[in-house]
Amino acid sequence: MNIPTPVLYAIGAIFGLLILATILVWWIGKNKPGDASDELMLRIKSWWFMIGVFTIAMVIDRAISTIFLGFISYLALKEFFSLIPTRRIDRLVLLFAYLCVPIQFYWAHIGWYGMFVIFIPVWMFLFLPMVMVLQGQTEGFLRAVGTVSWGLMMTVFTLSHTAMMLAEGDLSNGVAAGAGLLLFLVFMTQFNDVAQFTWGKLTGKHAIVPSVSPKKTWEGFIGGAISTAILAAFVGPYLTVMPWLWSAAAGAMIAVSGFIGDVNMSAVKRDLQVKDSGGLIPGHGGILDRVDSLTYAAPVFLHFFYYFFIGGRA
Amino acid sequence: MIRLLRLGFFALIVRPVLLLILGTNIRNRERLPATGPAIIIANHNSHLDTLALMSMLPLADLPKLTPVAAVDYFGQGAFGWFAKHIIGILPIDRSGKTPRRNLLDGAIAALDEGKILILFPEGTRGEPERIATYKKGVAHLVKARPEVPVTPVFMHGLGKALPRGTYLFVPFTCDVFVGESWTYRGDVNAFMERLEERMSGLAARGNFPAWE
Repeated sequence: MNIPTPVLYAIGAIFGLLILATILVWWIGKNKPGDASDELMLRIKSWWFMIGVFTIAMVIDRAISTIFLGFISYLALKEFFSLIPTRRIDRLVLLFAYLCVPIQFYWAHIGWYGMFVIFIPVWMFLFLPMVMVLQGQTEGFLRAVGTVSWGLMMTVFTLSHTAMMLAEGDLSNGVAAGAGLLLFLVFMTQFNDVAQFTWGKLTGKHAIVPSVSPKKTWEGFIGGAISTAILAAFVGPYLTVMPWLWSAAAGAMIAVSGFIGDVNMSAVKRDLQVKDSGGLIPGHGGILDRVDSLTYAAPVFLHFFYYFFIGGRA
Repeated sequence: MIRLLRLGFFALIVRPVLLLILGTNIRNRERLPATGPAIIIANHNSHLDTLALMSMLPLADLPKLTPVAAVDYFGQGAFGWFAKHIIGILPIDRSGKTPRRNLLDGAIAALDEGKILILFPEGTRGEPERIATYKKGVAHLVKARPEVPVTPVFMHGLGKALPRGTYLFVPFTCDVFVGESWTYRGDVNAFMERLEERMSGLAARGNFPAWE
């Protein structure tokens, strides 16, 4: 157990926030009992569980953290494969897709950036259709190739950037190391989700893409992005090597990409005619509902950081 | 010793695999029978059906859980021993050697002992994720013990994960819908109608993607 001091304090602060939120929701429930406050309490309980598990996985060891992140990625892929129409003949292809999860997270764990970045977009992108075509069924081929490749990119490739952040951050993120970098990303992404939701509830009027997600408004989006950028300016210099202005920029990028990830997954669910991607997390829906923002925010933030700070261009 | 082996098999292998690798999404778990005697009726898609159903009830109920299965399928070898002692199946002889009227004796005796029977009235796993016609044996069993509650369960996904005729296991989330229990009234045909109505009602609650 070798946890950087800034990360330890940041986790302490997150638990402080969680306790505050729990008291607040408990107080709302006492004064205004009903379905809405029950729903909030259910969400808070799930937050306790998710943050608890995340903390345990983060503080023990980097290998454990990577396995945990890989498992999240596996659950997301499984949820996706269970939601989409599939062909019987593709069972073997789907099994190979599942096997990509441990391999991809292994590349991330050993910090082999070159392999990490091409394994799924190049090798698996070529390999899976090859297996599929050798089975010889052309009916529904394009749809199967498209959905399987997209699902693998969206749930494994993008989310594996979280594990890469641990490896890269240990080398180039100063005292807070990889754990600090990942905590910054995850905390900002989740904070942005909550901030956009709250700003939208309080001031939201003009929907951005009503046909996809009627509750996402310009007011919520802008209010959330500004809140996230401001918080990032304070938290960033503490958890990362980025100065405050760069941290604010990273916060804004996480907010915008998080929003895109969210509506992107909403569009998929609309197309499949489901409301929640699953029932894994009470009050939150499935795992895809929880990691949707991260599918965009994780790669965008890692490559931003990689270009300017690991690449030394900042 | 065998009881301990059985407990270990379910607690250390079946439950963790089903929970972590496969994942089940159960609606109305509270409707599952809390005590025996009781009968659970489910559709049959996969070898995993029995194990999945048995994992949905508390581990403390394991000694009571008795899946009913055809004896000829499992045979006399290691597989048969495993099915009988570790899974804990109650064998039914379909070969015709046992007189028809005595076929259900074992099942009735199990109910009298307070067991929770698990039945798959489709008789076979059949075409995965497609319901075959239900066999009437179950109705005759309930007729003999009309006070025993019957709980219908509809499962989807296991037939995709491990369908008949393959050993290639591919994870898919399993959706489970538990229906309200009822007891036998009227006659055998009325019971079968009710069963089919409940099962198709449960199936209609799911929104399942195509699998062709």
